[in-house]
Amino acid sequence: MKPPPFDYHAPTTLAEALALMAQHGYGAKALAGGQSLVPTMNFRLAAPSVLVDLNRIPDLGYIRTAPDGGLLIGAMTRHVQVEKSPKVADRYPLLHATMPKIAHPQIRNRGTIGGSIAHADPAAELPALLRAVQGRVKAQSTRGSRWIDADDFFTGFFTTALAEDELITEIHLPPLPAGSGWAVEEVSRRHGDFALVGVFAVLKLDGAGRCDHVRISLFGVGDGPMLAQTAMGILRGEKLDDEAIATAADAAAQKDVDPPSDVHATASFRRHLVNVLVQRTLSQALARATGQEVTA
Amino acid sequence: MSQRIPITVRVNGVTYQREVEPRLLLSDFIRHDLGLTGTHVGCEHGVCGACTILFDGQPVRSCLLFAVQADGHNILTIEGLAPDPDHLHPIQEAFQDAHALQCGFCTPGFVMTLKPFLEENPDPSDEEIREAISGNLCRCTGYDHIVDAVRIAAEKMQK
Repeated sequence: MKPPPFDYHAPTTLAEALALMAQHGYGAKALAGGQSLVPTMNFRLAAPSVLVDLNRIPDLGYIRTAPDGGLLIGAMTRHVQVEKSPKVADRYPLLHATMPKIAHPQIRNRGTIGGSIAHADPAAELPALLRAVQGRVKAQSTRGSRWIDADDFFTGFFTTALAEDELITEIHLPPLPAGSGWAVEEVSRRHGDFALVGVFAVLKLDGAGRCDHVRISLFGVGDGPMLAQTAMGILRGEKLDDEAIATAADAAAQKDVDPPSDVHATASFRRHLVNVLVQRTLSQALARATGQEVTA
Repeated sequence: MSQRIPITVRVNGVTYQREVEPRLLLSDFIRHDLGLTGTHVGCEHGVCGACTILFDGQPVRSCLLFAVQADGHNILTIEGLAPDPDHLHPIQEAFQDAHALQCGFCTPGFVMTLKPFLEENPDPSDEEIREAISGNLCRCTGYDHIVDAVRIAAEKMQK
């Protein structure tokens, strides 16, 4: 038995789970898919005194069309459900394209959307996707519920704006602006491993062919999902050609990131990857925005 | 803290009732409490895939679940795969035929991963095969013989 001891609760209603979170506060951890929490407990990097298992609560796993045309996804929806959902494939191709990049099939069978967002791994796909599309997180506690914008949600290394008694219950992905193009690319040592660097790009052109909306969201290079603000500033209002894209990608690599060196990659290699992947995603997003077929 | 929780789990068609400490990993429960040592434990943090079992029919890492979470669920391990003591499952036969194992430590995880994959994808491409086994590490074979075995297993299972 590798994990440290803890008290286990398996509530069958959300109200019960929220009461437990309120009662146990800082020492309590919510157990969703457990695909990140259990490894950290096995390593004894985490030692919660109480686990509140959310897997016995029905109704927290669903994929619905939001009133704005985007998606509302229940926190306990498993990755595999999103990956295989015809609704996601049809209404949110960016999310559909992202799912197979997340870990391995065995992990996607258990891992949940809410758990991945709450864990806020800096190298994970979904937190960065949430920032790229300006999504929102619904947090609930016995005190009530609130929506938190993705830009305010990820506050640091494995740290979020969630209070210790709050649970994520739903994720809102607004529709991408009409006529926009998107792309996601990542490089990892082995398919399914955490990305050394990953990039989401969403952009849209105005009637004159100038960029009037752009989001470049990076993962694996900072203490959380981050926007390439300098690169985005360079592109806004400009005609997007190869030169503009190359300039923006160079700025992203040189000015927007200060990536770590670790056993997986050096900082300079990560910088190189940021440059290459920002170019690639912007080019693909531009092609989609201008109605061209993209085979990624 | 020394809470013990009664659970009822169906493993390979047999119902087991046990009391477990919450922190007991499902992989350890299967191996130590039930004595089913075919499920191997490699990394214990979800990377190697050696402990893969079927949980309600879906391949999952048993080292990333607690035994208490299996209460009321249906589990299949490598011991429950062969149709009878004299015959192997077609995937097991194919691994033998293609020399898809050397030390064999990773094999149960591969086989359990592949069962639902081949049931859902009876005629997979090499790319699909490699994607399907991407979550299982093998340090002996270099994977080529495993991919060969999956092709052979696919043919056997279609018959």
